[in-house]
Amino acid sequence: MTLKAWARSRGGARVLGAVTVVALIAGVEALIRAGFINRFIVPLPSQILAAIPRIIVEENVLHRFWQTAQEILWASLLLAAVGISLGALLHRFRILRLACETWVAALAAAPIVLMYPLFLVIFGRSATTIVMIGFAAGLAPVILKTVEGLSGTRRVLIDVGRSFKLSPAQQFWKILLPAALPSVFVGLKLGLIFAMINIVGVEFLINFGGLGQLINELAERYDLPGTYGAICFVILASIVFFDVTERLERWLRPSE
Amino acid sequence: MATGVATQPQPTHLLEVERVTKRFITSEGAITAVDDISFSIAPGEFVSIIGPSGCGKSTLFNIIGGLVGDYEGRVTVAGDIVSGTHPAIGMVFQEESTFPWRTVLENVAFPLEVSGVARQTRLERAEHFVSMVGLSGFGRRFPAELSGGMRQRVALARTLASEPRILLMDEPFAALDEQTRLLLGDKVLQIQQELKQTTLLITHNLTEAVQLSDRVLVMTYRPGRLKRVVGINLPHPRDSEVVSSDAFGHYVAEIWQDLREEASRGIRDDESRVLKAGAKR
Repeated sequence: MTLKAWARSRGGARVLGAVTVVALIAGVEALIRAGFINRFIVPLPSQILAAIPRIIVEENVLHRFWQTAQEILWASLLLAAVGISLGALLHRFRILRLACETWVAALAAAPIVLMYPLFLVIFGRSATTIVMIGFAAGLAPVILKTVEGLSGTRRVLIDVGRSFKLSPAQQFWKILLPAALPSVFVGLKLGLIFAMINIVGVEFLINFGGLGQLINELAERYDLPGTYGAICFVILASIVFFDVTERLERWLRPSE
Repeated sequence: MATGVATQPQPTHLLEVERVTKRFITSEGAITAVDDISFSIAPGEFVSIIGPSGCGKSTLFNIIGGLVGDYEGRVTVAGDIVSGTHPAIGMVFQEESTFPWRTVLENVAFPLEVSGVARQTRLERAEHFVSMVGLSGFGRRFPAELSGGMRQRVALARTLASEPRILLMDEPFAALDEQTRLLLGDKVLQIQQELKQTTLLITHNLTEAVQLSDRVLVMTYRPGRLKRVVGINLPHPRDSEVVSSDAFGHYVAEIWQDLREEASRGIRDDESRVLKAGAKR
């Protein structure tokens, strides 16, 4: 493989991505060392890196990572099950869609995290509160993109189904849903982003659960390298969930 | 020896279209898309319907296929009235209609899957139809990896896999170039002769209609009526070489005589509609 071909390949893109991140981190390190960024606000990346083994041992970060990951997983499963079902319902019943679509879109813009006291009253200071806030925050894009995907199914594919006398259930599972999958996954990824932000945010706010609580504790101790190290684990959780979602999409739509 | 059981007379025609009229209500009033059309097709016959754009060919396709209701007249298949889609009619659409998320083999096996045929059996049968349309070796490819002509062949194989008594095709090769269209015409003829498949083709392409058909029904411009029926007495088995024969040229010229007048009316009508719309603005 020539250098040009390698640069255009998936492996080449990955290496380029990694090199860019490393270069950015090195740039920040240089700026802090040169005094352009206050090291009492932003610690040196090398200090953050050094803090990671410490927070793994002393702060039990892997356990907290697992707690947050479980909350994200439950929120994602709820998002997929409820969001796609509601989207299908809105697509199936036009009157329902006309009545609710604007409200659902408004929900997407609502700062649901500010309603955490209400969730605390309903579900208590527990992981359920965190999961439910994450779920509520991510629901709107999943519903909206599901409706969009189902409505965008090409007429001819529906006619093919009709010509083979498919039942309404077969029409949905064998034609509408597979055709809508790319759009549904866009909604799921957006929902996942909103859910993750809110999950870590609420963990931080109510000082309960996984990485959000750890970030809160470390920040209160003014352990800045540790705080940023814990944030690195939040980013890791986000990467893991995105990767899983993309693999799931490729498995369901291998042609994409 | 007489058994005493009265035998039902078998209908001589597999498909009968009787006095079919379809009107659409638009903002500009009622438009008659097809008007009082009647014809029939015998088992194993290949019939084409040709007409200018806007003559209601596709409406007729949708009526016969059961995708459009609320029309006057009736359509029967072997005496059975068509109301909604009919299992005896298999449809191939003008638009690209393969499922992009399924491989070629899975696409072709689709009608067998929905009718509950076991996976192994349906894949074996799908393989047979894939090879019939000349796509052996492409079974595991996705439609996105194929050319337009290959994708239309997949759609054709998928419809054939449902083993319809009547194959109904709406300009399936309209989006393809002329050479590919001629060669695919050969393939369709070969399959039609092999399966003795009763076929109704909707087209606006003269060459295609004459190359493939036993009879060509010429339609008028709006409202779509049957103008003339032309029997094509070209020898069977036929292939695309027939286009170079004198007889072929004669049929094309004969049909074009009728079609030209209708197509000109269509163009004039389009122009006056555009002018009217401009005047309103």
